[in-house]
Amino acid sequence: MSTKARNTLNQVLINGSLTIICILWTIPTIGVFISSFRTRFDIQTSGWWQVFPHREWQMTDELADEDLPRDFDIDIPFAIPAVGDVEYSFDEWREGVETPDGKRVQWIGNKRLGRVEIQEEVWTSALATEPVWEQTLLLEGDDLNREFDNDAPFAIAQVGPDEFTFDEWREGVETADGKRVQWVGNKRIGRLEVQEEVDRIQLTFDNYRNVLTGKNFEIKDAEGNVKTERGPDMSGAFLNSLAVTIPATIIPISFAAFAAYAFAWMRFPFRRALFIMVVAMLVVPLQIALIPLLRDFNGLNINGTFLAIWLAHTGFGLPLATYLFYNYISALPRETLESAFIDGASHFTVFMRLILPLSMPAIASFCIFQFMWVWNDYLVALIFLGGQNKVVTMRLAEIVGSRGNDWHLLTAGAFVSMILPLIVFFSLQRYFIRGLLAGSVKG
Amino acid sequence: MATTASNQSVEERSWERVNFGSILLGLALLAGTIYLLFLGFKFLQTPEVYVTGFIDPLEQPLALKSIITLFAIIWGVAGMAIVFYLLNMIADALPYYLRQYVTPYIFVLPASALLIYTLGLPTVRTIRTSFFDRNNENFVGWENYAEVFTSRIMLTAFRNNLLWLVFGATLSVVIGLVIATLADRSRFEKLAKSIIFLPMAISFVGAGVIWNFVYVVRDESSQQIGLLNAILVEFGFEPQAWTTTLWINNLVENSGGIQAWQAALPEWLVEYGLLGGAHNFFLIVIFVWLQAGFAMVLFSAALKGIPNELLEAARVDGASEWLIFFRIMIPSIWGTIVTVSTTIIIASLKIFDIVRVMGRGQASTQVIATQFYQEINVTNNKGLAATIAVVLLVAVIPVMIYNLREFSQREAF
Repeated sequence: MSTKARNTLNQVLINGSLTIICILWTIPTIGVFISSFRTRFDIQTSGWWQVFPHREWQMTDELADEDLPRDFDIDIPFAIPAVGDVEYSFDEWREGVETPDGKRVQWIGNKRLGRVEIQEEVWTSALATEPVWEQTLLLEGDDLNREFDNDAPFAIAQVGPDEFTFDEWREGVETADGKRVQWVGNKRIGRLEVQEEVDRIQLTFDNYRNVLTGKNFEIKDAEGNVKTERGPDMSGAFLNSLAVTIPATIIPISFAAFAAYAFAWMRFPFRRALFIMVVAMLVVPLQIALIPLLRDFNGLNINGTFLAIWLAHTGFGLPLATYLFYNYISALPRETLESAFIDGASHFTVFMRLILPLSMPAIASFCIFQFMWVWNDYLVALIFLGGQNKVVTMRLAEIVGSRGNDWHLLTAGAFVSMILPLIVFFSLQRYFIRGLLAGSVKG
Repeated sequence: MATTASNQSVEERSWERVNFGSILLGLALLAGTIYLLFLGFKFLQTPEVYVTGFIDPLEQPLALKSIITLFAIIWGVAGMAIVFYLLNMIADALPYYLRQYVTPYIFVLPASALLIYTLGLPTVRTIRTSFFDRNNENFVGWENYAEVFTSRIMLTAFRNNLLWLVFGATLSVVIGLVIATLADRSRFEKLAKSIIFLPMAISFVGAGVIWNFVYVVRDESSQQIGLLNAILVEFGFEPQAWTTTLWINNLVENSGGIQAWQAALPEWLVEYGLLGGAHNFFLIVIFVWLQAGFAMVLFSAALKGIPNELLEAARVDGASEWLIFFRIMIPSIWGTIVTVSTTIIIASLKIFDIVRVMGRGQASTQVIATQFYQEINVTNNKGLAATIAVVLLVAVIPVMIYNLREFSQREAF
């Protein structure tokens, strides 16, 4: 093979395998995203991939009960007269037998009570359903003309020009444009219901609405019964996450930047010892700190509040932040700083006016990194937060634990918890990567 | 900094230049700020009490939450900024030689003090607690340690962490490396890298939920809604309970029993006690899904750092791509490989979220961190929990030290 051909083949192989990997990689996420827009009933009964158009066997007809043989031997092949002469075993009937005219006959259920369906393969999608009759108009009280003669046909203005007698209206009339109209009740106080056949698309925002609210909401289940449930209040949890994450990101940055500057550009006693201590703390897994901190916070009576978790996250984030900023700040050009000092600037001024702006890349990188880390954290929040202050990860885990069957809530909840990090990620990817490259030390 | 000292005139070092007014003002403002902060703290403890004046906390929980959030953010961030500023103002007003001493500590002490308090001191205290009993009252010596290393649950947890470590780290590194190499030569490199990297933005809990939809199993007679089982059923196999978590599979009787696919595994897996651990693998897949992107990013950066001339020279000499990959590229980025591996190993030792969310109560998938949580919140055995934490510390230290050494030898930015 020529080099050019080989190169093209290589390119195809590389791009091809990369594409496959990428698709596989995103499938789980896409599945949940699609599911979050489906109704609860749909999620529980069909896979999310069925939203895409596909061919499926759907029932078009059903055999009458008397046409079904009931006294056959399940081990011996038998024929169903209404269908044809060919004999199949009971298991084969249950799996479905394809007839020459492209249809399929399938025995659903057991021998005694089952039924036989005739099925056709059609293009369908879980989105489209059978059209249903839904009430589109209700006329009551003064909206209706009540001055009519019971025996003479009359027309109802809002419906159309056709005239029907009162009895016909009461039985129900199908108009030319496909509506169903029915007068319910007597002449004086009855009402008029108008129904239309509506194509229902099974996509809904309800899941998001229900997962965000903390109040009771109503939900229709498969049989049409309406149940009242309590929403898991993800919107509150979202605000809590914000309240926890923003200070837990900004405060460590400021503490660490100050300290890093001091370590890098100042001389003072115990400088080396303190710095070694800071770096040594990188090693400590945060589980070590949890028991004593918990005890202290209980004593101070701040357990469960934001202050507790800010302290915890600031403390846990400081070693990495200080180390990162120290690396960066100590690499800043000496001459710039020295000229500022010669001009009489104090350390504070130099820090605010020079160091901070110059360190923006490092600060931005750590900022994103810490933001993601705190937002997605579960363990620390679980230990230190409680009651009204739960964050999105905790709420999501709660839904999983206590309402594991409420998948409609899970899907929407998962995305509510992910939307902000994803936005941050997409818009500030460059900084996040930089933060990773520099901060791969944090486990 | 020695230059600044000599540049100061003699006058500046004397007491007459001290601005007592400034110092007093600074101290007064500081006291005021601290008092305000304290008031804010009181508000945050029970906010409902204070807002009933202008909104109804019960009727408008969202409004209440927004108020609290905004207040909390301003209080935390602005409060701390003001304190810093005031401290510096005081320090700047001090006589020169005092200033030299005080200023560095103003800069350094907040961070150091907080660090000592949240990480340093607790290490000592936790180690101490590990030698005491469940309520931290009586000294029990090495009893807790004995229990940790002999109890069946803990040994299972150790075995599981080992599985996570070996397979999680290896797979993440390998996949990350492969993808980084592929992406490096592909046309849509940026897009591919973004996609692979995306899961890093997702929390472990969220990832657990997402993969739940892949693993879920339904009774044979009803339609499968989990992707993996749907594929299996299409090919004529029976649906399997991949993670056997009770809360997913209410319809299937499978708690603890041997699964069909487990029965198909070879004998030696059963003998070596790895059978029960098989459930871990499906959780590890989630972990790899999350971490491979991290590995890929670092490897990609490292690969781009290999001088092109090196690779070109090898190609001119007639080396095949495989040879180049194994003999040149991998050794060149070995430092990064070590860093990435150690970081992922540490993450796998600390793994908590995935196991807790997806493997609730399932003994075969417990790990060190979940056991730790179990002891704290469920069994309430503080001594044992502390012991587990110390074990984790000891396990992590050598890896961390190795990681730090490699890290400090690389360019940070």
